Amino acid sequence: MQQMALWKRLLIWATIALGVVYAAPNAFYARVEGHNDAAKLFAEGAGLTAEQQAAYDAWPEFLPSTLMNLGLDLRGGAHLLAEVQVKDVYKTRMDGLWPGVRDALRDIRDQVGNVRREPSAPDELRIAISNPEGMQAAITAVAGLAQPISSLTGMGEKDITVSQDKGQILVRLSEAEQAATDSRTVQQSLEIVRRRIDEAGTREPSIQRQGTDRILIQVPGIGSAAELKEFIGKTAKLGFYPVVRITQNENDTPGPRNFLAPSLDEKGLFYVLEETPVVTGEELTNAAPSFDDNGTPSVNFQFNVTGARAFGEYTANNVGKPFAIVLDNEVISAPTINQAIPGGSGRITGNFTIEESTNLAVLLRAGALPAELTYLEERTVGPELGQDSIDAGMRAAVIGMIAVVAYMVASYGFFGAMASMALAINIVLMIALLNLIGATLTLPGIAGIVLTMGMAVDANVLIYERIREELRQGVNPARAIELGFEKALSAITDSNVTAILTAIIMYWIGSGPVRGFAVTLGLGIITSMFTAVYVTRLIIQTWMAWRRPKTIVV
Amino acid sequence: MRLKLVPEKTNIDFFRAQFVTFGVSVVMVIASILLVFTMGLNLGIDFRGGTTIRTESTSPVDVATYRAALAGLDMGDISITEVFDPSFRPDQHVTQIRIEAAQGAEAVSPEGIATVEAAMEAVDPAIKFTSVESVGPKVSSELITQALLAIAAGSLGILLYVWMRFEWQFAVGTVAALLHDVIVTVGIFSLLQLKFDLTIVAALLTILGYSVNDTVVIFDRLRENLAKYKQMPLREMMNLTANETLSRTIMTATTTFIALMVLFIWGGDVIRGFVFAMLFGVVIGTYSTLYVAKNIVLFLGVDRSEKPKKERGTPSEYAHLDN
Repeated sequence: MQQMALWKRLLIWATIALGVVYAAPNAFYARVEGHNDAAKLFAEGAGLTAEQQAAYDAWPEFLPSTLMNLGLDLRGGAHLLAEVQVKDVYKTRMDGLWPGVRDALRDIRDQVGNVRREPSAPDELRIAISNPEGMQAAITAVAGLAQPISSLTGMGEKDITVSQDKGQILVRLSEAEQAATDSRTVQQSLEIVRRRIDEAGTREPSIQRQGTDRILIQVPGIGSAAELKEFIGKTAKLGFYPVVRITQNENDTPGPRNFLAPSLDEKGLFYVLEETPVVTGEELTNAAPSFDDNGTPSVNFQFNVTGARAFGEYTANNVGKPFAIVLDNEVISAPTINQAIPGGSGRITGNFTIEESTNLAVLLRAGALPAELTYLEERTVGPELGQDSIDAGMRAAVIGMIAVVAYMVASYGFFGAMASMALAINIVLMIALLNLIGATLTLPGIAGIVLTMGMAVDANVLIYERIREELRQGVNPARAIELGFEKALSAITDSNVTAILTAIIMYWIGSGPVRGFAVTLGLGIITSMFTAVYVTRLIIQTWMAWRRPKTIVV
Repeated sequence: MRLKLVPEKTNIDFFRAQFVTFGVSVVMVIASILLVFTMGLNLGIDFRGGTTIRTESTSPVDVATYRAALAGLDMGDISITEVFDPSFRPDQHVTQIRIEAAQGAEAVSPEGIATVEAAMEAVDPAIKFTSVESVGPKVSSELITQALLAIAAGSLGILLYVWMRFEWQFAVGTVAALLHDVIVTVGIFSLLQLKFDLTIVAALLTILGYSVNDTVVIFDRLRENLAKYKQMPLREMMNLTANETLSRTIMTATTTFIALMVLFIWGGDVIRGFVFAMLFGVVIGTYSTLYVAKNIVLFLGVDRSEKPKKERGTPSEYAHLDN
């Protein structure tokens, strides 16, 4: 019987050896996890306690230490699918546009007369002018403010559209700009969600964009989805607003383009504020907890250049008037402006505890979510259920392996044992591959592995049945084995390609549990082809070359 | 001594009762479709929206007490079922609470879940909530589309591949057998009113993959035999092919069945429905391989005229067999 070429044999053994090395850490899960945690601390420059050092030394440095990612259903944690209300941003954009529009129209006051912003839908800007003849000039002037969009799809288009509607000027975001804004909003929300969850310090959160306006958040080890939502939902929307008047009537009508905000500390005190803020938290470059001159906790902040200029201008023009520092629609404090503040830095004082001031600084740094998030789907799995699932999965895998091996040995004797060896190698390679590509193991994934055990031997069965047929026709053993492998190959290929096809489709279309299953199933098919066609062949050939049997019984 | 489920040489006529077997298949498919339309499916929250809460307690569960605790909450339709599993510890009492989604609302509000949890804790202080899942109607309707799309895309992909590798008649036969398997499995879920969720769709796709695997192996052999025995009638040749590969068909079905059976018994209650679907699928998939796919190919006929590329007579690769 022809031996395989030496390089082929070496390559197969090397692949198996690599598989074993990469799968190994999972056999010592707790130990490697301890090592990795200690290594992470060490890398961050922290000194290690004796205990941590022991954990670090428990796993040799030169071995791979990547562990299989366990899905939320196995380790416990929360899963949230959030939708970003991208339209929220349009209002902010319109509010931001208004001062520029007002100034542009003011420059041609002799043509358009008085200019007034009218109440409108949140995603548009409506402006009335007192001199209707000047409408065309007004539209031209406002359209002159439009900026070209520098995105790939919106080449040559402007960011706003200006038209005449019911005797008013109507300004809206152009469609191309809406698309660009939406994309930016989701990206920004994603970043902020990521930062907030990172601040919470949980292990390996996964935050991904899904579709056009959705964010999938998966955080292992967190108690419940509600807790996670609380983390993300803290808006910390900071703004500095001009104060119109102070009232004690909570049903006070604030008047057009104003709003009513309660005071945080003084119950029953309300502020009527202008709707357009002077500066917002988005223009902060830094915020840090500190203490004011009296030693009470406060937060120091620093604006960026545009924020500093706007703040400086406003304070210079409004000396002696109060302005309100508003956090999440509550007035933290409303100091009176004593003098212009040109440097762009300041301090927020309130009745904070040290912890509150620290949290506020963190939230301000992380920035506000640009738009509201609504939650479409939320799932929490407790760690107890996860552990139960791991136990059940492991038990099933071990029993399944024993059962399949017993059946294969009963059916094919010694050759069955060789196929079982290949099956064991198959499982090891599968785990190694899962590790290498950083796939996540879920409970359906474990089911996929157990199912692979049953289906992986199919290729061996095909080969063995062929060998039997050849032997029955009186072909000599070595030749029968060779022919068996040769002739079974087309059936193996066809059946596996179709199976991989379904796995790919499952992965492509499915989500969550379906994906986890598709990954293990697909990988299982690939590794089982390798082990059935190459590894089993190698084992049998090695055995044949060693024992040189005259007859074989398959 | 070898364990052999199938004797070395079999000579079963798979077409002898073809009108009965094929008729049974047709009836099963029609019955399944009717069942789904009349009895409907017990859709999980993935597809219908709503909330499920899994509770675990060390004290014995009295479903009536739980139900009474939740009755006054005005949360809409709430159902409570106790879960049993051989792998549970003696003091592990598990229930599954399901809250229907209110019409047109988003996923059940966190306050709603908190209210239910508080009410449960009041009657059973030892209770723990090991899993809470909420799906809003927007997502659930998307998931339905996604699931149907997955099955359709899977079938189409297989159709194209089998068509490419074999003749179109084989592709039609394969896909007919696949749809037969999937539809009858869905029918069983409707008949037994088992929970039908996203993982069941994954199971259906696996059945698709398994069943096609089985069918393709027989077709592969059939193609080989078509080249080998030019004069044999198609029906006889199919029987020969099926008998030749029968041992393998049964062998693979058995190993897969064993692995799944182990999962079914010891894999825990969380994936039991999923495993049941596949278990059923392996049985029906094996049946359809032997009794549906071939029948359709026989019915459609195969073009056996000589292809210009192929040599006449016995292909040379088998010539040296007798040496």
